[in-house]
Amino acid sequence: MKVINVSINGTTRQLPDSTGVAALIEEMGLTGKRIALERNGEIVPRSLFAAQQLADGDKLEVVVAVGGG
Amino acid sequence: MNDKLIIASKSYNSRLLVGTGKYKDFTETKAAVETSGAEIITIAIRRSNIGQNPNEPSLLEILPPSKYTLLPNTAGCYSAEDAVRTLRLARELLDGHSLVKLEVLGDPQSLYPNVIETIAAAKTLVAEGFQVMVYTSDDPIIARQLEDIGCVAIMPLASLIGSGMGILNPWNLQLIMERVQVPVIVDAGVGTASDAAIAMELGCDGVLMNTAIAGAQQPVLMASAMKQAVEAGRSAYLAGRMPKKLYSASPSSPTAGIINSTRS
Repeated sequence: MKVINVSINGTTRQLPDSTGVAALIEEMGLTGKRIALERNGEIVPRSLFAAQQLADGDKLEVVVAVGGG
Repeated sequence: MNDKLIIASKSYNSRLLVGTGKYKDFTETKAAVETSGAEIITIAIRRSNIGQNPNEPSLLEILPPSKYTLLPNTAGCYSAEDAVRTLRLARELLDGHSLVKLEVLGDPQSLYPNVIETIAAAKTLVAEGFQVMVYTSDDPIIARQLEDIGCVAIMPLASLIGSGMGILNPWNLQLIMERVQVPVIVDAGVGTASDAAIAMELGCDGVLMNTAIAGAQQPVLMASAMKQAVEAGRSAYLAGRMPKKLYSASPSSPTAGIINSTRS
């Protein structure tokens, strides 16, 4: 099976080719959670998670709200 | 009394804004925030932990956006680019929410603001439709420039972030208040209730704090103290204090009707 290398929050992971953004979010246990996702520096709106497929070399940032001052 | 804090056309009853960091757990965070009476609360934006337990409650479940005005910050950002990126993510996270706290730091030891990067970030954010409440130094000229850019509140430090050193330069805060029309909110440096009261007596429109409450021995009790201090300081400012005099030639009690001395 072909794999792709994707950086998620600074850690590189190997994922099956043609993994979708929505599937990755599901696997991370974040479906339905308040998150925001940046792909290669561009925000991906939550409404587009289902439509986007990851590509080799993608850099993702997945963020949440935490306590801060 | 109708004395609202108005930021970006929205009015608030509380002039105390609080952070949500450094508490021992969410229970304490929630209790302190509720006790403070704050309506605007700051949050940070961070990478989600891949190993995190997804069933743990999130901060926004404890402090829901339906109940509080959330103010996402850019704490930890040392460049305009990082700050802008963080707030774009925050806006997506909060469904288009545009009120934000911009802070661009200069170095990790002092956490002193880098005003050059702050100004650059403010320009970009205002152009993108953000309503920017901006953490800055107590330089009145920079404060004025940030207002001219379109920031909706100027938030000078009273002393360094997390230092608890109090209001170190009240004169500069007054210079800022004389020069800007938007609300001036002291952000950083408050250590105890009297510091908050002093800021409000000076005429500041509000006070933002985190460590002063979270770092107290009893955070919830300190949250209550801060609520009262901000209210007392505001009332004292509105009441207009008596002038300071080295000697007082006007006793508080009547001078007439004093019984005669028997000595002469």
